[in-house]
Amino acid sequence: MLGAYLPILLLVIVAIAFGLVSLTFSSLIGPKKKSALKLSPYESGCEPVGTARDRFSIKFYLIAMLFILFDIEAVFLYPWAILYKKLGVFGLVEMGLFIVILFVGYIYVWKKGALEWE
Amino acid sequence: MDMITIPAVNLTPILPEIILSVLAMALLLINVFVQSSKKTYLSYISFIGVVGTAVLVGSGWGTHIESFSGAVVQDNFATFFKMIFLLAAGLAILIADQYMEREDCNHGELYPLILFTVVGMMLMAAGTDLMTIFLGLEVMSVSLYVLAGFNRANTKSNEAGLKYFLLGAFSTGFLLYGMALTYGATGSTRISVIATQAGQMGMSSGNILFLAGMLLILTGFCFKIAVVPFHMWTPDVYEGAPTPMTAFMSAGPKAAGFAAALRLLLIAFPTLQADWSQLLWVLAVLTMTVGNITALRQDNIKRILAYSSIAHAGYALVGMAAGNSTGTAGILFYMLSYTFMNIGAFAVIILVGKKGESNGNVQDFAGLGFKHPMLAVAMTIFLFSLSGMPPTAGFIGKFYLFSGAIQKGYIWLAVIGVLNSAASVYYYLRVMVYMYMKDPTEDFAWTKVSAPIALCLVLSVAGTMVLGIVPSIILQYAQEAIKLI
Amino acid sequence: METLFFAIITLVAVVSAILVITCKNPINSALSLILTFFCLATYYVMLDAPFMAAVQVMVYAGAIMVLIVFVIMLLNVRVDAHKKQTHKVALGCIIGLFTLINTAFLIFKSRAAMPMGPYNGSIIKQIGHTELIGKEMFTTFLLPFEITSILLLVAIIGAVILAKKKI
Repeated sequence: MLGAYLPILLLVIVAIAFGLVSLTFSSLIGPKKKSALKLSPYESGCEPVGTARDRFSIKFYLIAMLFILFDIEAVFLYPWAILYKKLGVFGLVEMGLFIVILFVGYIYVWKKGALEWE
Repeated sequence: MDMITIPAVNLTPILPEIILSVLAMALLLINVFVQSSKKTYLSYISFIGVVGTAVLVGSGWGTHIESFSGAVVQDNFATFFKMIFLLAAGLAILIADQYMEREDCNHGELYPLILFTVVGMMLMAAGTDLMTIFLGLEVMSVSLYVLAGFNRANTKSNEAGLKYFLLGAFSTGFLLYGMALTYGATGSTRISVIATQAGQMGMSSGNILFLAGMLLILTGFCFKIAVVPFHMWTPDVYEGAPTPMTAFMSAGPKAAGFAAALRLLLIAFPTLQADWSQLLWVLAVLTMTVGNITALRQDNIKRILAYSSIAHAGYALVGMAAGNSTGTAGILFYMLSYTFMNIGAFAVIILVGKKGESNGNVQDFAGLGFKHPMLAVAMTIFLFSLSGMPPTAGFIGKFYLFSGAIQKGYIWLAVIGVLNSAASVYYYLRVMVYMYMKDPTEDFAWTKVSAPIALCLVLSVAGTMVLGIVPSIILQYAQEAIKLI
Repeated sequence: METLFFAIITLVAVVSAILVITCKNPINSALSLILTFFCLATYYVMLDAPFMAAVQVMVYAGAIMVLIVFVIMLLNVRVDAHKKQTHKVALGCIIGLFTLINTAFLIFKSRAAMPMGPYNGSIIKQIGHTELIGKEMFTTFLLPFEITSILLLVAIIGAVILAKKKI
């Protein structure tokens, strides 16, 4: 049974190995001429100002929370999608109900302006 | 896989839940689409909805309908509790508008959230599957976390919301773990199947998995109904939450917790009765004593009522420890009377209180008896009932709870209960002393009593008195409600 | 082979779980938590529950971790400068030990024949895990499934009310 997951495992190992190997070799082989400018954090060519660990706006938080809630909604769609033909109209109605209830939440969020950048 | 047999869906048992959910969603959308700073109309619509649902629920009395292949049931037990929830919600809606207007947090979402809370509570009382009960509890709790923190400008309300959420989530973990263990021991989440499996396989306290499941489930519910030693959140949350919501959450969710716990203990875990009965004996004594003794030292009236609500959970636990028909019928009756008297008392607190949650100490009640005699009389009735004096509802309720314990042979439990009741008179009486025997410390500007609050007060006084003077009608209903268990 | 694999994963899981609580930098703790979640997902795979594994990765390692990292950035928690509180550590150890003994006791004591549900390993392998979840969701747990949407709706309202700047 677990044999079916062997390709995934191999892929994970290859990915990790690739990352490790390329990092190790570039740090071993690559020439190093340190200067203050070179060691400063890369900020797309701009001069880095202040710390990167700045406080985030609360606005991100609300978006992230709403994302999770609709993400969980999406999780419920998978088992239904697999059984779509066998469940037929009954499944469609029940899933429709589920989605309509959450759609009310979506309209609420939208009209409330929670998706806007205030 | 072969074709899926679609279960027979009978919507009758969950019709009240459906109606309330649809109403709540409609109000939610109305609130965002209608631009109006006044939200009074929302309170009227939701109140009418609650009354209508109560009529529908009441018409289902005497029927026994199972649906969703045994995930939910409509029986007298569920109906009785649903009426309590609707009553609590109705009274809370009546007192909410004026308060929310005063505190500048009259957001329209309040009413949908109250209705969703009721939906959750109803599912807890009617659920006959662990999953239904759990999800009902979650719908109720999540709404309550938001309601407790609803007054966003007030730091105490924020604290209440956060504390309630953290401890509530923690207790949910216990509950869910207990349910998982019970499922592991019996192979099902249906309460009826759990009962038959436990009976057939002779599962009693010898089966550690089953016992641990029951204990953890009980712990989860003890958090929700604020039983010592799981009561730490109660005073802060009750004090910080907006007063109408404190009134609501002290009556409704507590009753819901008792409903689900009763159904589980009596139907799913009768083979463990010796264990949970002993345990509840101890918890009841602890809860009554700690609640009453701590209440003696409080000055803030909301905190006094919070500790008193812990003590009252203890009295109800006496009936649950007894586990016989008198005791359990006593719980049903007590929860109903507690709803009347406690929400009534909070309505008076709202009227005495001032903007910014101030004027909420016992001292601020000084002279109320002379300035506003009617209000003081109402408060006196509620306090009398809370302390368990005849001829009020509180007396009859306690009488039945303690008789249940005596019938079961728990004489000492009843004695401790009565002693506690006597001790509690002190702090209720203290409020009355301030109302009638002290001069007012300042001239408090009088807020107008709006019609809804007046209606709430009249209903609460009437309920408290009627249940106290002619309790037999409701007691009969309560007796019938527990017959199905 | 499977036992060896299980042992490796368990080792990673335990080490990363310990890192979650010992790392000074909260971001490192969060990253260790992701590793723990992945180990959990591996357990689900080994238990023939691929759907649970996918959900574990999608919802927990994905969405919920995003939220946790956001909270860390929001609060701007610096490297923990508090001194060690020995009594709290001791208390935690005692509770942990108690839980461990409890669990071990439960596992060894309740070897008694437990009633089985309708599904066992071979049926799950034959029909498929996700299909069975779907079937149960739409038959036995139809009502709980619909209540979930109400629960999510309430959570949406709560998120907007408690976290939105202006309501």
